[in-house]
Amino acid sequence: MATIDLTACRMRDALRARNLSAVEAAGACLEAIDRLNPGIRAFLSTDAQGARRRAEEIDKRLDAGEDVGLLAGVPVAVKDNMCTDDGQPTSCASRILENWRAPYNAHVVERLLEEGAVIVGKTNMDEFAMGSSTENSGFEATRNPWDLDRVPGGSSGGSAAAVSARMVPMALGSDTGGSIRQPAALCGVVGLKPTYGRVSRYGLVAFASSLDQIGPFGRTVEDAALLLQATAGHDPRDSTSVPEADQPVPDYLAALDEPVAPLRIGVPKEFFGEGLDAEVEKIVRDALAVYAGLGAELVNIDLPHSTDYAIATYYIVATSEASSNLARYDGVHYGHRSSDHADMIDMYMRSREEGFGDEVKRRIMLGTYALSAGYYDAYYKKALQVRRLIRQDFDRAFEKVDCIMGPTSPTAAFRQGEKTDDPLTMYLSDVYTASCNLAAIAGVSIPCGFTEAGLPVGLQILSGVFTEERLLRIARMYERETDWPSRAPPVCGEAP
Amino acid sequence: MSGAEPIPTIGMEVHLHLATHTKMFCACAVEYDAPPNSRVCPVCLGMPGVLPVMNRKAVELAIRMALALNGTIPDFAKWDRKHYYYPDLPKNYQISEYDQPLGVGGYLDVPLDGETFRVGITRVHLEEDAGKLMHPEDGACSVVDLNRTGTPLLEVVSEPDIHSAEQARAYGETLRQLAVYLAVGDCNMQLGQMRFEPNISLQIGTDEKGRPRFTPISEIKNLNSFRSVERAVAFEIARHRQEYEDDPDGYTLERLGKSTRGWLDDREETFLQRSKEEANDYRYFPEPDLVPVVPDRKWVDTIRAGLPELPEHRRRRFIKEYGLPQYDAGVLTADREVADFYEEYVRSAANTDAKTAANWMMQDVMRILNERKVAIAEIRIGPGDVAEVSDMVVTGTINRSTGSDVFAKMLESGKSAAEIVEEENLAQTSDESELKAVVDRVIAENPGPAEDFRGGKERALGRLIGQAMRATGGKANPKVVREILVRKLRG
Ligand SMILES: [Zn+2]
Repeated sequence: MATIDLTACRMRDALRARNLSAVEAAGACLEAIDRLNPGIRAFLSTDAQGARRRAEEIDKRLDAGEDVGLLAGVPVAVKDNMCTDDGQPTSCASRILENWRAPYNAHVVERLLEEGAVIVGKTNMDEFAMGSSTENSGFEATRNPWDLDRVPGGSSGGSAAAVSARMVPMALGSDTGGSIRQPAALCGVVGLKPTYGRVSRYGLVAFASSLDQIGPFGRTVEDAALLLQATAGHDPRDSTSVPEADQPVPDYLAALDEPVAPLRIGVPKEFFGEGLDAEVEKIVRDALAVYAGLGAELVNIDLPHSTDYAIATYYIVATSEASSNLARYDGVHYGHRSSDHADMIDMYMRSREEGFGDEVKRRIMLGTYALSAGYYDAYYKKALQVRRLIRQDFDRAFEKVDCIMGPTSPTAAFRQGEKTDDPLTMYLSDVYTASCNLAAIAGVSIPCGFTEAGLPVGLQILSGVFTEERLLRIARMYERETDWPSRAPPVCGEAP
Repeated sequence: MSGAEPIPTIGMEVHLHLATHTKMFCACAVEYDAPPNSRVCPVCLGMPGVLPVMNRKAVELAIRMALALNGTIPDFAKWDRKHYYYPDLPKNYQISEYDQPLGVGGYLDVPLDGETFRVGITRVHLEEDAGKLMHPEDGACSVVDLNRTGTPLLEVVSEPDIHSAEQARAYGETLRQLAVYLAVGDCNMQLGQMRFEPNISLQIGTDEKGRPRFTPISEIKNLNSFRSVERAVAFEIARHRQEYEDDPDGYTLERLGKSTRGWLDDREETFLQRSKEEANDYRYFPEPDLVPVVPDRKWVDTIRAGLPELPEHRRRRFIKEYGLPQYDAGVLTADREVADFYEEYVRSAANTDAKTAANWMMQDVMRILNERKVAIAEIRIGPGDVAEVSDMVVTGTINRSTGSDVFAKMLESGKSAAEIVEEENLAQTSDESELKAVVDRVIAENPGPAEDFRGGKERALGRLIGQAMRATGGKANPKVVREILVRKLRG
């Protein structure tokens, strides 16, 4: 088996057994990136030199018998909205931060380094994580490895595509309204959004602070569990990260293969309504049948506020917070500064006009409006009230069921350019995923089949706060019964 | 009902830097004389990706102040973002507390001219300070120093219970004294650690339904001395009077609302910065990067239990307990450490009474503090040492002026009063036979004053006593010298 075909966990085993060197692992990934990235464009930057240097150092330590951590020598990619002080840009795929270099590492980046990972590069995304197709990147659109004419989903489309095309065994993404799970579904990989507060946001360039959460991509549930294990836990620099004393980080890998029994699965009718592609629905229902075959009980439930209201609520909360978080890119301290300006206000306006893309501007304007005097009560405050109702929907559901399942995305990967002129249609890509962020619960998307056209479909599994350990076991139950992760996109077959 | 005398109606917003070692949301040191942009980190620079972490000490100090102002501490307070674009504010929003502050209600009793007036407190809340934008005269561009960015600021908002420029000043001074007393803030005005924003309006009679009518509210921004508070408020009161006289129907709160004005210290006048129409929309919303503050009741009780006796209470107690005049009590309670020193001094003195001790404090101890511009904690002698020297005067071991000299020498050398008196042979002599000889000599050498006294000029006696003291190197007991002189000259 070629090195790049190894999952992260098997690669780790080989590295520990010294059947594989970290230099070889990094080299294999860098070679795959050289070969595939020009077509897929998953990476905005790679650090071949840095990765090789670090791999050599890890090899030395492994040879010396040192414990180099959970990820010793495993290559990993990081979404471009996480700060790295290695000289690579942290641009959020925005022209406005094109030239900014972070002088510090994000908490998750520190964790990766402490656990011995080799960071090979930073992945493309929708600008400031605003989008569902990675077409909103200020630099270039990422392609879906299963069909280069289609989108990989977004906003973490670069990380999803990189893992899907086996350029790296695993990657970090961020999820504000579905930005990990939806591209995971569209690219046929596992993507997990942890409970809000499970992973520190320190060093994640904020889009919507009360919704953003960093999570893992892997080809298997086990790999997602491994990367979550390496990054989860309290960080005193993030006041919203949960203290260890309240929520200790469990061992996600120890009992991964133990099925959850009995298992009651909530199937909300709202996740199977209008707008859901028939082929996707059939594939997802087949997946539910697999669970039923394993002895799970399928329970019909209601989440009355969690689709239509969720999208409206999500776009008010997220844009309001974004309008505030992005205020600092004004050309004074951060961000591109227009060379042509009459005075200070003019400089602010021109710098932002030149630096931000259309979708970012649209969301800043929406959010600014929603927070304005006279509108705050009707929009932002109302959205917070609906957010509470959505949380209640889930609280009630989780009294009756262990998890909730449905499609991750209403359709499989759509064509490049298909929705770029229709923002509202694009927003509906998050219709099944946004409520998870609003309710601050955990969710995962796992591959559950392919359409006739050969496009992957994702099964979304949602579960209550800080139940990732059980959620991963539930996901693993299905994975063991099927063999989706072994399928590689056709584009990978061209390997020499 | 126009025609009634307009009543100035003033509320104050006071900002003060809290006496924390580190900033509000990061671990940077709060320092005032550091090189520009040297006390900064990614967090206070508002870098992409950073998150604030609340300084617990700042919250404790804010609660302390709120409790001392007789306010209540709600069970839930939250942080909000206040948005405005300015180069001294890197995030372009300030973290503050908008509608659920740490402290609610209360009052401050303010002494002025021997009486006190009460000012209601609306709220006490925490926020972060901005940096400093400067415009060098020779520079082609403006520059910004972000050392101050993120310094914890306490804002105390009063009710409009202040009715004159003098009261505005007295309120500011009393609030400062309280903050310093509580060690909540150093309130050094030169360092910009305290800033005032009075809101001024005149009540101009009542409308037909009996409700009070007001002139428009003007808020004067960023006053940083008591003098400027007094002058600016006085200027505004006069300006409002004039505007109202010129246009009684137009110059009203309903029509013109609230405006913001600046103060020109050199020209001693205010100028319009923003009218009602130009008012900022700060787009407040709850800060999602911080969790709300839910003060533990036990913690609040501990803070309350740790409050010292407050200055106004102490001042009244000094008058009652020590029989001090108003003035002395005010002087001795203005500084907490001075008041503590005084009380300890009175306790440890065997013979010096409280009033005499107050004189020693004001004439000797505090004079030295003023001369040397030091705090009482910085001098090398304690309350017991002052008691020792004043007791020696009271019991007649040394005279009063020698006492002052001994006190000064104690400060210099750190030696005890007894040691100095002993070493320098300063103990006063009351020995009659020794002093009689001195007196005889003085009378012989000063025939003029002696004649004058015999002729009925009582004042001449003072000169003769002075000569006798000089002749004994200040050691003579002046009371005994006086008795001998009188006996000799009259006898
Ligand atoms: Zn700092």
